[in-house]
Amino acid sequence: MARVTRRTFLQYSGAGMAAILAAHRAPVFAQANSVHIVRWNDFVPAADKVLREVFAPEVQKALGLKLNVETINANDIPARATASIQSGNGPDIFMLLNNYPHLYASAAVDVSSVADEFGKAQGGIYDASAQLNRVGGKWVSLPWSVVPAMIAYRKSWFDEVGAKSFPKTWQEYQAVGKKLKANKHPIGQTLGNTFGDAPTFTYPFLWSFGGQEVDAKGKVVLNSKETLESVRFMVQFWKDAHDEGGLAWDDSNNNRAFLSGDISASLNGASIYVAALNGADKFKTDKGAPLHTDILHSPLPAGPKGAHAYHTAFNHMVMKYSKNAKGAIEFLRWAHRRENYEKWFLVQKGFAVGPTRVWEKHAMWKNDPVMLPFRNGAAAQKRLMGFAGQPDKKAAEAWNKFIVTVMYAQACSGKMKPEEAVKWAAGELGKIYT
Amino acid sequence: MSKERARVSPLTRALESEKLLATALLAPGVAILVLFIAYPFVMALWYSLTSVRVGDAGEFVGIANFAKAVNDTIFQMAFKNTVFYTFWATIFKLALGMWLALLLNRHFRFKRIVRASMLLPFIIPTVLSAFAWRWMFDPTFSVMNWMLYHGGMITDRLPFLSSGDWAMWCAVLVNTWRGMPFFAITLLAGLQTISPDLHEAAALDGANAWHRFWHVTWPLLLPVTLVVVVFSVIQTFSDFQLIYVLTGGGPANSTHLIATYAYQIGVGSGLLGEGAALSLFMFPVLFAVVWVQLRYLKRMENA
Repeated sequence: MARVTRRTFLQYSGAGMAAILAAHRAPVFAQANSVHIVRWNDFVPAADKVLREVFAPEVQKALGLKLNVETINANDIPARATASIQSGNGPDIFMLLNNYPHLYASAAVDVSSVADEFGKAQGGIYDASAQLNRVGGKWVSLPWSVVPAMIAYRKSWFDEVGAKSFPKTWQEYQAVGKKLKANKHPIGQTLGNTFGDAPTFTYPFLWSFGGQEVDAKGKVVLNSKETLESVRFMVQFWKDAHDEGGLAWDDSNNNRAFLSGDISASLNGASIYVAALNGADKFKTDKGAPLHTDILHSPLPAGPKGAHAYHTAFNHMVMKYSKNAKGAIEFLRWAHRRENYEKWFLVQKGFAVGPTRVWEKHAMWKNDPVMLPFRNGAAAQKRLMGFAGQPDKKAAEAWNKFIVTVMYAQACSGKMKPEEAVKWAAGELGKIYT
Repeated sequence: MSKERARVSPLTRALESEKLLATALLAPGVAILVLFIAYPFVMALWYSLTSVRVGDAGEFVGIANFAKAVNDTIFQMAFKNTVFYTFWATIFKLALGMWLALLLNRHFRFKRIVRASMLLPFIIPTVLSAFAWRWMFDPTFSVMNWMLYHGGMITDRLPFLSSGDWAMWCAVLVNTWRGMPFFAITLLAGLQTISPDLHEAAALDGANAWHRFWHVTWPLLLPVTLVVVVFSVIQTFSDFQLIYVLTGGGPANSTHLIATYAYQIGVGSGLLGEGAALSLFMFPVLFAVVWVQLRYLKRMENA
């Protein structure tokens, strides 16, 4: 055995330490003209394939850019973006949901020129999309797509209880739902702490009864008789018509429950229908027909103060710390051109719709009448979180604390009386809107 | 000898002094501690006193973030939940872990395999096992509900995760399941250091099994037990992944722990300052626990 003296040990370990210190420099992966974009794992996997296999080579040819597409779980994007912004190092472009552009506005590059360009060329950007992406008069990010939420429902089971078309009001929906639940086919809806299906259900529900979080000046006005009315209605509606396990559901539970035939209706993106289409042999009705032939879609019913909707917005932000912001902007400009965007839009088959009006008129909508209700989804959205104020940081805080959803959940679970739940929620909002 | 001396560099010679060598060898460890523990901790302290948001350095706001947290009903609930969760999970882990350790300390066939397999829940990454439990508790497809229902034991599904109280107990159960092997194995190691002679002597004096446990095993095992409990309290009190995966803090915020709520505020809403303040509420509690128990240990050692 070789004898290791203290001296030789010191000499070798000194060299090793020097190597470690030398390697301490962050390795540089980025090439001169490459753009790194982080997006979610699309619920339509074919769309990610378009980005990697169609967009990437074409961008290389058209702009000489190397496009590096990375996809992660949507829930993990805020953590990733926070870390990148704070350390000033990371991908050139982040895909951000809903109003996150407002939260990260100070870390963004102005992209107004691109928004003006494709907005003008494509019939105008939707108002809601503009509100989400414009901060202080300039575009801090670009609206890429909107995923409308519609109620997917089982046509035959609704027929069975005498509902020939989808109920137009919450009252009718409750009456129909009561019969459905009696037939062991309850409505399935989440009131859990989950980012998608819960708030896109509870916010429009609140608005359709005339309740709102704040007034236009940012004063909390949630504690109103309209809000209370909506909570009371929900409690009864929940007991009468819903699968009460929904208090613990996340965004995927209703998909599974619907596909397995446990629930008759649920507010969702088109993913239930898409899954039923793709698994036509696997998902069947009780009579053995493919499940997708028994699915239709409808917008949310109306309350005393009209019908509302909440659709999930997907936006792209070019980061200020990026060393290739120019390349990133050029890529987005290129991607938003009609002939390029169309390739991505087509594989979505209506699950995601475009940020501008021109896409409502696309011939794709003739392909499948079941998907037709999604066509005008984005256009129908009139309100955003924090209504009647702005969808700003405060609105996001209320949204992320699930205050409106929890208000309903507290009352439905019997933990609080409706009056207490409303008072609690108004109090929590008051601490945010100071 | 003089030749060799001439060849070595002054640096190497300097390091031959015990003091300098010790410093040099300790330096990497200290550097790692400073870099990954002290620095983030000081940063968190600083953040908690400012209105820093993502991408916005903010300004000094004093204790405003802490004041907001104290008045925040969701945080109050998260704090209570954390204490509840830690208390019950630790009690169960200790009781069941002790029982298991006593059983495993006996001689039986396949002793080694059984002892090794005990550690399985502890080895599986928490995220994976929490997902498995979530499926077992699934409101619609719960395997437990299915068995009870088809066994004719229940007529309605049990609300494992959809009722706040049930969900909290489910979380305690999963944490117990996960943490118990750590208790069992550590206590088992402690048990094996206790000389069988003591038990024999006690038995000769007429002590029954309970007396032997209470007057011989328990006092001798106490130092080990205390250390395990301290570790467990720290881990359980600052638990994040289990709740994040199992319930996301719901339903109606009823299972939020301090860590999950701080994450939701700090990262989800971008309010880094407030998130840091929330998570710092864990510090004094954990510090107190560690301090009291370590002091107790020291006193016992001196006694």
